Amino acid sequence: MSSAAAKRPRPKYLNLPAILFEIRLPMPAWVSILHRVSGTLLFFPFAAWLLYLLDTTLASEQGFARVKDHYLQLPVVKLALIVFIWAYAHHFCAGIRFLLLDLNMGIELAPARRSATAVIVMGLLLTAYCAWRIW
Amino acid sequence: MTPRRIVVGAHYGLGSWLAQRITAVIMALYSVILLGVFMTGRPISYGVWRDLFQNGWMRVATLLFAVSLAWHAWVGVRDIVMDYIKPDGLRLGLEVVTILVLAGYVGWTVQVLWR
Repeated sequence: MSSAAAKRPRPKYLNLPAILFEIRLPMPAWVSILHRVSGTLLFFPFAAWLLYLLDTTLASEQGFARVKDHYLQLPVVKLALIVFIWAYAHHFCAGIRFLLLDLNMGIELAPARRSATAVIVMGLLLTAYCAWRIW
Repeated sequence: MTPRRIVVGAHYGLGSWLAQRITAVIMALYSVILLGVFMTGRPISYGVWRDLFQNGWMRVATLLFAVSLAWHAWVGVRDIVMDYIKPDGLRLGLEVVTILVLAGYVGWTVQVLWR
């Protein structure tokens, strides 16, 4: 055992600052935890929200006009829409990566890290593009 | 050496895992089709929107999406709850709420599509 490892106090208790600032997650871990976060957000509240929008826009022409011309123009609604788009885009890209990993594609460390970075960047780029289109 | 019988586990994990992946592919295909509709460039009026969801194939595809989402999210939320929620009662409660919410989504979708 090296002396540096021996000097480290054990056991090490985790706290929030340690989780946020001390422990450096590798890229695939970020993809994984964000896949969970985005999936949870899509399950609730976004699925319910989209169903509400589908319900209102299909129910009547007035409902459609209200959503399109008023509701979706509110800044806070646009912001929510952008968060939804990020969650969907990230979940979509990360999901395709996981499907490929399941097929034993890109499972070596270097390609796995590259694809993880690509997933995060793709999610953010798609979100930025949609945000630019929405505003 | 004789083959060993696996004596632990209920073994429904593989089925859930596979179902989550198949439903993911179904939802991905539906998403790409719907995105294609939005990307045609023409502005979507109420008439276009209503006619799209009056197509029999679109209704069936949307219902298939909703059922896929419910199944997919059930496996996913259950995984998350099993990982992070330790008290048994709370975990069971959250799982029951999840099932109710997902069943509600599917029922709501049917109601919206066949009104």
